[in-house]
Amino acid sequence: MSESAKLRPWSGDRAPADWGLGDGQAIPWEYAPAPESRDIVTLKSRYGLFIDGREVAAQGGAVFESVNPATEEVLAEVAKASPADVDKAIRAAGRAQKTRWGNLPGRERAKYLFRIARILQERAREFAVLESMDSGKPIKESRDVDVPLVAAHFWYYAGWADKLEYAFPGRVAKPLGVAAQVIPWNFPLLMLAWKIAPALAAGNTVVLKPASTTPLSALLFAEVCRQADLPPGVVNIVPGPAAIGMHLVSHPGVDKVAFTGSTEVGKLIHKATAGTDKAITLELGGKAANIVFEDAALDQAVEGIVNGIYFNQGEVCCAGSRLLVQESVQGPLIEKLKDRLSTIRVGDPLDKNTDVGAINSKAQLEKITELVASGVEEGAEIYQPACDLPDRGWFFRPTLFTNVAQSHRIAKEEIFGPVLSVLTFRTPDEAVEKANNTPYGLSAGIWTEKGSRILWMVRQMRAGVVWANTFNRFDPTSPFGGYKESGFGREGGMHGLHAYVRLERR
Amino acid sequence: MRKTYKLYIGGEFPRSESGRSYVVSAADGTPLANAVRGSRKDLRDAVRAARKAFPGWAGRTAMNRGQILYRVAELMEGRRDQFVAEVRQAEGLKPDAAANVVARAIDRWVWYAGWADKIAQVLGSSNPVAADYFNFTIPEPSGVVGVVAPEPSSLLGLVSRLAPPLVAGNAVVVLTSESRPLPAITLTEVLATSDVPGGVVNALTGRKKELVPVLANHADVDAIDVWGVPDELRRDAELAAAESVKRVARRPSGTTDARFDWLDDAASERPEWIAAYLEMKTVWHPIGV
Repeated sequence: MSESAKLRPWSGDRAPADWGLGDGQAIPWEYAPAPESRDIVTLKSRYGLFIDGREVAAQGGAVFESVNPATEEVLAEVAKASPADVDKAIRAAGRAQKTRWGNLPGRERAKYLFRIARILQERAREFAVLESMDSGKPIKESRDVDVPLVAAHFWYYAGWADKLEYAFPGRVAKPLGVAAQVIPWNFPLLMLAWKIAPALAAGNTVVLKPASTTPLSALLFAEVCRQADLPPGVVNIVPGPAAIGMHLVSHPGVDKVAFTGSTEVGKLIHKATAGTDKAITLELGGKAANIVFEDAALDQAVEGIVNGIYFNQGEVCCAGSRLLVQESVQGPLIEKLKDRLSTIRVGDPLDKNTDVGAINSKAQLEKITELVASGVEEGAEIYQPACDLPDRGWFFRPTLFTNVAQSHRIAKEEIFGPVLSVLTFRTPDEAVEKANNTPYGLSAGIWTEKGSRILWMVRQMRAGVVWANTFNRFDPTSPFGGYKESGFGREGGMHGLHAYVRLERR
Repeated sequence: MRKTYKLYIGGEFPRSESGRSYVVSAADGTPLANAVRGSRKDLRDAVRAARKAFPGWAGRTAMNRGQILYRVAELMEGRRDQFVAEVRQAEGLKPDAAANVVARAIDRWVWYAGWADKIAQVLGSSNPVAADYFNFTIPEPSGVVGVVAPEPSSLLGLVSRLAPPLVAGNAVVVLTSESRPLPAITLTEVLATSDVPGGVVNALTGRKKELVPVLANHADVDAIDVWGVPDELRRDAELAAAESVKRVARRPSGTTDARFDWLDDAASERPEWIAAYLEMKTVWHPIGV
């Protein structure tokens, strides 16, 4: 790491010699603010629950606040669902499934889903800005990744609604009934799409509980359902705390449970379905290895590593949080990585130049801080680029740990923050051993120019998604989900339909 | 004001280089318009335009192709009344029946559009060969497809035969219904204002007797749909197709063009009609450290 880059954290670009700045000197410019306008979003002061096609207050009128993690300002009050509200939503969903949605021909369900996809495309910027305000993720990610994927997801499953017979040859695919869906705060709208699109395509109705720190995009989605004339009760949204999620998944009126979140909560939800006929899919935590071999294209690998762990502040279940680098290239790779880190811009999520936005909540920031402190304490070597953090809001510097041992907490526990732990290996077998040395098994990354080695590694990885010479790629056609304690079932692709159908003989 | 119906080649609406036309009448015999009588040269121009447009269209992402074809349905929706009026005149249908035909044609685009990003998942495969190889099979479009459109069903039949090769990523040259060509030309006007790139669909009106042999003999056409080829021309067309090993797509055996029920979704919505214009590519790659 050169001194100049440390002094000028915003400017990784090197000046050409004829600029008179000295050879290889960092260019001393800073980025002017480029904020995305908030005007496109009309925040209501209070949002209700969405039950049976209507916005309603919670029984007893309880509310909670949704906060902008970048400014700590309260964005809106949101109705806090009570168990009675959830019961009502489940009844509405059951009614809608039996009397309307479940009987609708696939081609008619498809039309609603196509319409939803179109409206999401039309209102894309509004959703992107709201999502960034409520979750803290950078606008360039909500705008270019989350929201386009959301629309694409509805689009893809719309096309399946009238083609289920081709997804399950020789069988008749029937809906399961009412799906209880509980989603996390890291990709609020995208997780909603992953859950709702396949459920509806297959003829189920849903009751969805968004995370309590990020309910707003789901409630704006409720408005889209109404715009699309979706029959009442097909989609119900009940924001609230974790206990409400447990009430929802435990309810006897529910036929299918889908959860994305921590392994800890996943186990509780799994237990809640024990002894019942409820179908269940879980998409839980991860501690992915991103494995760089000595023959990898290092510059490309650096971009992939950065994308793997600093995308969405590292608040990604499949984040490449463990970098396994072959010993022979550790030196140059770490140097390039530190250099690259100095160019990462941390700050206002609504600024179009921001790479790393705000941490979603104070509690999450505390968890990251605590784990990072444990890393230092246990003897790993910490590196953080010198960059200014905003005065208000919850932010954390991109962090890199070297000299990490497998026994360190930062190598074992899911941090869910912009923190990368670097470990090394000498042989492919050792890489495999270390990569799989975790109870998780969601994703893995492999960097090598040798195709046969990629495929050999793919075979060894106990992980549901393996990225080769890329990382954190998502597509509605591509199944996603984990091995081991990262959960079971797949979302996305043709396999994503399985979770929402009962197969019968023709 | 009367409308001039022209050819559609390479995203433009030329008259025939031959300067010829023929009178098109309504089902009740009333003369409706002079349609262009496309020539051998026009057809060759159309094939050239299709060949040129093919790589770009095949290179789009599947999702993008699906969205573009869905938008064709949206734009047809906007011209629904015009299509109903033209189908009514062409096919001599009652208003309700014509409206139903147009509604089905719109839905058919939507059904096939949805296949764009799914057909590879249904037809492709990962093959567990008995050695250390990763082996997989993916579909790719055949290339330039000649579609001889159904004769009686001027719009719904045409859409049902046009959408499958398009969604697969092929470029198409269509010979429209000879006796009822006008709805097809209006459809090309929709295509021209949609996001379907120029040259991906080319349409010629004219005499099938004159044009089918040219299409079947053209060495740069990879596949031919003989659905709307008159019975007396079909064998010769298929003999000519064999000369350049064209894939030949036929009507299901036992059906006739005259009596095929295009309103029957189960009969007209078939992924195998897409597969007819796909090549399967199998890839072997060693696995080893």
